[in-house]
Amino acid sequence: MEKELIDKEQFEQLRKSLGETNTADVMVVGAGISGIQASLDLAAMGFKVYLVDKAPAIGGHMAQLDKTFPTNDCSMCIESPKFIECSRHPNIEIMTYTEVERVEGEAGEYKVSLLKKPRYIDEEKCTGCGVCVEYCPALVPDEYNQDLCLSKAVHIYFSQAVPLVTYIERDKCHFLQDERCTICEGACKTKAINLFQKPERVEVEVGAIVLAPGFEPFDPELRNDYGYGIMENVVTSLDYERLLCATGPYEGEILRSSDKKHPHKIAWIQCVGSRQVIEGGNSYCSGVCCAYTQKQVILTKDHDADAECTIFHNDIRAFGKDFERFYQRAENLPGVRFIRSYVSIGKEIPESKNVTIRYSTTDDGVKEEEFDMVVLSVGLNPPTEFEALSSTFGIELTEKGFCKTNPMNPMETSKKGVFVSGAFQGPIDIPESVVTASAADALCGQLLAHQRGNLATAREYPEEKDVSGEDPKIGVFVCHCGANIGRVVDVPSVVEYAAGLPNVVHAQEALFACSTDNARQISDTIKEKGLNRVVVAACTPRTHEPLFRDTLREGGINQYFYDMANIREHCSWVHSKEKDVATKKAKDIVRMSVARSALLQPLEEFQLPVDKRALVVGGGIAGMTSALSLAGQGFEVFLLEKEAELGGIARRLHYTLDGMDVQSYLKDLVKKVYQNPYVHVATNATISEASGYVGNFVTKVKAENAVREIHHGIAVIATGAEEYKPTEYLYGQDDRVMTQLELEEQIVKGAEKVINADSLVMIQCVGCRNKERNYCSRICCSESIKNALKVKEKNPNADIFILFRDMRTYGLREDYYREAADKGVKFIRYEQGAEPEVAPGKSEDGRDVLKVTAIDYVLGKKVELDADIVTLAAAVIPPAENSDISKFFKVPVNPDGFFQEAHVKLRPVDFAADGIFLCGIAHYPKHIPETISQAYGAAGRAVTILSRDTVTASGAVCEVREDDCVACGACITVCKYGAIELVDTPKGKKARVNPVICKGDGLCNPKCPASAIYLKHFTDDELFSQIDQAVPSLAKAGKTAAQGAKN
Amino acid sequence: MRVMCTGRVDPAYVIRAFENGADGVYVGGCWPGECHYVTEGNYHALGMIKLTKRILKLIGINPERLRLEWLGASEGIRFAEVMNDVAAKVREIGPLGKSEGLDEGLLKSRLETVKNLLPWIKLVERERLRVAVGSVEEYEKFYDSEEMDKLFRELIADKIDTSLIMALLKDGPCSNAEISQKLGIETGEVARLVGISVRQGLVKLDEKQKVLLLPGVKEQARA
Repeated sequence: MEKELIDKEQFEQLRKSLGETNTADVMVVGAGISGIQASLDLAAMGFKVYLVDKAPAIGGHMAQLDKTFPTNDCSMCIESPKFIECSRHPNIEIMTYTEVERVEGEAGEYKVSLLKKPRYIDEEKCTGCGVCVEYCPALVPDEYNQDLCLSKAVHIYFSQAVPLVTYIERDKCHFLQDERCTICEGACKTKAINLFQKPERVEVEVGAIVLAPGFEPFDPELRNDYGYGIMENVVTSLDYERLLCATGPYEGEILRSSDKKHPHKIAWIQCVGSRQVIEGGNSYCSGVCCAYTQKQVILTKDHDADAECTIFHNDIRAFGKDFERFYQRAENLPGVRFIRSYVSIGKEIPESKNVTIRYSTTDDGVKEEEFDMVVLSVGLNPPTEFEALSSTFGIELTEKGFCKTNPMNPMETSKKGVFVSGAFQGPIDIPESVVTASAADALCGQLLAHQRGNLATAREYPEEKDVSGEDPKIGVFVCHCGANIGRVVDVPSVVEYAAGLPNVVHAQEALFACSTDNARQISDTIKEKGLNRVVVAACTPRTHEPLFRDTLREGGINQYFYDMANIREHCSWVHSKEKDVATKKAKDIVRMSVARSALLQPLEEFQLPVDKRALVVGGGIAGMTSALSLAGQGFEVFLLEKEAELGGIARRLHYTLDGMDVQSYLKDLVKKVYQNPYVHVATNATISEASGYVGNFVTKVKAENAVREIHHGIAVIATGAEEYKPTEYLYGQDDRVMTQLELEEQIVKGAEKVINADSLVMIQCVGCRNKERNYCSRICCSESIKNALKVKEKNPNADIFILFRDMRTYGLREDYYREAADKGVKFIRYEQGAEPEVAPGKSEDGRDVLKVTAIDYVLGKKVELDADIVTLAAAVIPPAENSDISKFFKVPVNPDGFFQEAHVKLRPVDFAADGIFLCGIAHYPKHIPETISQAYGAAGRAVTILSRDTVTASGAVCEVREDDCVACGACITVCKYGAIELVDTPKGKKARVNPVICKGDGLCNPKCPASAIYLKHFTDDELFSQIDQAVPSLAKAGKTAAQGAKN
Repeated sequence: MRVMCTGRVDPAYVIRAFENGADGVYVGGCWPGECHYVTEGNYHALGMIKLTKRILKLIGINPERLRLEWLGASEGIRFAEVMNDVAAKVREIGPLGKSEGLDEGLLKSRLETVKNLLPWIKLVERERLRVAVGSVEEYEKFYDSEEMDKLFRELIADKIDTSLIMALLKDGPCSNAEISQKLGIETGEVARLVGISVRQGLVKLDEKQKVLLLPGVKEQARA
C-alpha cells in the first residue's frame, strides 16, 4: 500500500492550496441542538468556536420538549449532557443573551460585531443558587413554560440551563422600571446583581459562520385559528409538550388551565399552519407534526390509561426510520382514534369550557363532538428574525423565509463561508438538524483546513503525584448548594460527622462546591493537606463529576480518586419536609462514599495513536461526497466500490423534483474523485476481513484480483440500497408494468409507449408498509410526483392517476404534490387489504389496456381505470451484503436490514462502535440532498477523530485476573461490543479485554463464575464496601477496613 | 449506590445486603429497549432478579423484599412514588428473619450457603437459563414457566437444599425427620437428596442409629 501514498511535498502543497484564509475561529449562531452539535464537532476538530444565542441559555426548542419520537427518550436528559460538554470545552465560548449586529469581510476573515444584552447579573459571580428568584416580588409569565405559569422578573431560564445564571427581565423588574425595589441585591450572597449593567459590544474575527437559528413554531393566535387565544382549553402542541413535562407548569400533570382538572377526552388537529395555501398559512408540510402527535398520544395514555385520544388528520406522514411502527404503536392503543377529516371548531361550552369539533367521515357524514381539550399540531415557521438574518449575513432567502441553499449542498448559502444547519434550511427534525450541523462543520473544515488547531487551546495540568504507597487520606467537602441542600440538611453536622469517619483527614463545607472559587479551594487543599482521595457531597455525578475530576487533576492527583455523594437529588430535594431524617440520610450517603473512596484505585486513560487515513465503503453519491469532503480537509481516503463503476443507484436517476440534473452532477463528482490525489479508488472491491478499533483499523480488500491490507483510523459505511423487484401487479409478466426507476429511464430515453401513453397509473407502497417490510420507503411518493410531472411536461394530455395510501411528500416537497394536482394528476386513495388489481383487458374504444380497479374511498365506490402503463413505487430495500459489513465492522443492522446508528436523535451518523460512521441510504431511504447532507455529516464527525493525534480511552473499563480465569467464555457471550476475546497465554486460554473497545458497563462481571473479570472503578470490593456501610450497625465491624488493607 | 448498568448487579450484592440485615433491596435502571449501551443488560437484570427471588423463596425469605423497577432519567416523580411504595411494602413485610420465622443464625447460614453456590448458579444461568434478549414478555414467560420450575428444582434448588443439609450435618448427626423439621424440607425430598449425597459419598448413613452424618464429622466424633 505504501507506494500509493502521495509524496509529502505534494501533500503540503495541496494543504496550502486549500485556502488562503487567516482565521481559524468559527462562529455558530443559534444554540439549539443543531448549533450545539456544530460547536462540539468544530471544537473537537480543533477550531475555536463562539456559540452565540439570543436566548439566556443554550438548548433551543429541544429543551422545551418532554420526550422525543420515535424512541420516547427524555429530551432534556439527552440534550443537557451536551450543554455541559459545551460549557466545559476549552475551545467553545458560549455567548448567550447576545445578538449579532453586523458582519463585515468575507470568507476566511469575517469581522462580527455582537451586542451582549444586559442580564443585570454578573455572570462570573452568579452561582445559580436561585435565592434572588425566591425573594423577587415581580411575577412574570414563564416563557420557557409557554406562559402557562408564572416565574419571577429575575429567574433562571430553566433548571438545567447553561450558563446556570439568572437574568432580569427588564420590562418586568420593579427597579428597572421605576426604581421601586432592590430586594434581589440584598438577597444575593455573592453580590452578583448589577442593576446598572449596560449592553456590551464585542467584536470577534472568524473564518467561517454556521447559521443555526432554528425555527419558530407557527403561531395560531395571530388568526385565532381553531379558537386558540380565545378558548382556554385550546392549546398548541408546544404548550402541550410543557404540560406533559415533569418540569412543566403542573409538574407533569396534564391539567386544563380553565379548571385545573385532568382532561379526559383530548383531540389533536393536524396540519395547523401547514399544508395551507391561504393567507398566513404555510403551503409546505412541516414534516414533524405527525410523529410528535403520535408521541403525545402515547405519553398521554401513559399519564392516564383511560384517556380518549382523537387525532384529526390528513395524510399520516410516517416517513422516517421506525416512524411506521411508532404510528402503529399509537394507533393500536385502546381509546385512540385516528380520523381522516378536515375539521372546524364548533363552539366553547360556557359551563364546562369544553370545545366542540365538527368533522366528517365517509361512513357517518358530518358530526359534532365535544372534547375536554384540543391540541393544535402547529408546524414550523422560519425563525422570526429571518429578514434580519438575511441582511446581517448577506444571505438569500427562499420566498417562504427559509435560507436559500444549494440543492447539491444543502449547507451552502448564497454567501461563501456562511453555512446553514438545522431548521433554517427548511422544516426538518432533530436528527437531520444534527446531521446538517456536522455537515456544516465539514464544510468549515474544508474552508479552514490549513488553520485547524492553530487557535485552539489545550488545558494543562500539574504532574500527577504517585500516592500508591500512602494510606488513604480522604478530604470531604459538603456543599450547601446555596439553599438547595443547606436549607434541609444540617450541613455543619454532616461535616462534623464526616471528619470522624475512618481515613478522613479533612472535612469542610462549601457554599457552592462547583463555583470557580470553591473548586480552586479544593485543589489547593489537596496540595496543602496531601489529600489522596476526595469526596464531594453535593449533587449528581451526571452533571458535575467531570468538573470535580478536573479539580483533582488540578490538585495533582489521579482523577479516579474522586467520589461523589449525592445529597441533593437523593436527599434534600426528596426529603425537604423531613429535615432530621434528611440529615441522617446525608450522613449515611457520605459514610458509604467515604468507605468506597478509600478503596479507589488510580486509573490510566489510554492514549492511542490515530492513523490519519480514512476508509469509505461504497462509491455512490454518499461515499464519494464523504470521501471528497475528507480529502478536502486534508486526509487521505480509500474509497471502495463493489461494482466496476462509481455512482451507485444514482446512475439510474436522471433528475430530481427541484430540477437537479443527476447524471451531470454524478459525472462531475466521479471526475472530482478520480482527480483528487488524496482519494484512492478501488472498484470491483470486496472486503474479506476487518479488525481493529478506533484510530487503528486494518481491513483486507480484494480488488481487481489482488488482496491488500488497508490501515485506517476511521471508516464510513455508505453501502447504499436497492430497488425491490416486485412480484405484484403483473410485474415481470407484462412489459407495460414497470417500476418508477424503469419509468424514469424510459422517459429519459423518450420511449414512445411512455411519452405518448394516454393513460398512466401509478401504484404506491409496493413491497413495503406491509407485514414483510414494516417501513415506509420515504422517497416513493415524491418520486412518483416527480415522474408524473415529467410526463405531464412532455405530454400534457396524458391522464395520470396515482393510487396511494398516504401521500408522504413531506417538507417543501408538498408544493410539488400540489403542482401535480393542479396539473390534473388524479389521486385516488386505497387502503391496506384493499389493494388495487391489475389485469389485461380492452378499453371501450378497443385498445389493449391494463385494467386497474380500486376502491375510491372518497367516492365510496369501485373505480376502473384503463392504463397504457402501470408504474409501481417499489420499496427501497437494503442490500444483502449489509450483513457481511455488519459482521466485519461489528456494527448492527435494524430489523429491516438497514444499519442502526448509535442514537436515533443525537448520533444519527455514528455507530455505537467508535470510529465508524454511516451515511446515505444504507441508513434508511432518503432523497439525494438528504444523502449529501449525511455524507458531509459523516465526514464532519470522522474528522473529529482524524484531526487528533491520539484518542483517549476511559480508565473505567474491565480487566481480567488471568490467574482466576477459567476461559469459560461467559463474559464473551454478553459483550455486544465484542471487547473480550480468548487468547493463548502460557497458562492456557484466557479471556482478555481490549480496553479501547470496552465501554465499562460491567455486564460481564456478574456473569463470571470465577469473579476473574472486574470493572475498574466499580469493583466488587468497592461496591461491597458501600453495601456494608449502608446499614453499619448490622454490618460486621471492621469489614471495610479489612478489605481496604487487602487492596 | 451507583452502578453503570442494572446488568452489573451481582446476586452476591443482594445476598450481602440481606446478610448485613437490610430488610429490602431495590434495583432501578433503564427501561427495556432503552439501553444506553448496546448490551441491553437490563434484560439480564430482569433474569437475575427473577432467579434471585426464587432462591430467596426457597430459603424462606420473602421474595418481595427484592424489587426491580424500570425508570427513565426523566421520571423523578415516578422514582419517588416507587421508592415510597418500596418502603411501604418492606415495612408491611416487617424485619428480615423475624417476619419469616427464621432465627438469625439460620438466616445467616442459609444466605452463606447461597453465596457459596453463586459460581454454580452463574454457570447454570449461562448454560440453561439464558433467554435471547428480545422482550420483557419473553423473559417473564420463561422465568414463570413450568419448564423453569423444573430446571430450577433440578439445577439450583436441589443444590441449595443439599448444601443446607450438609451445613446442618456439620454441627452433628441428624435423622431424616430432624433434617426435615429443622430445614422445612419435606421428608420425601430429604430422603431423595440424601440418597444422592450418600451415593456420591458426601454423606454417610449410620445404619444402627438411623442417623446421617458427614464422613469428617464422624471421625471427629470418635476422636
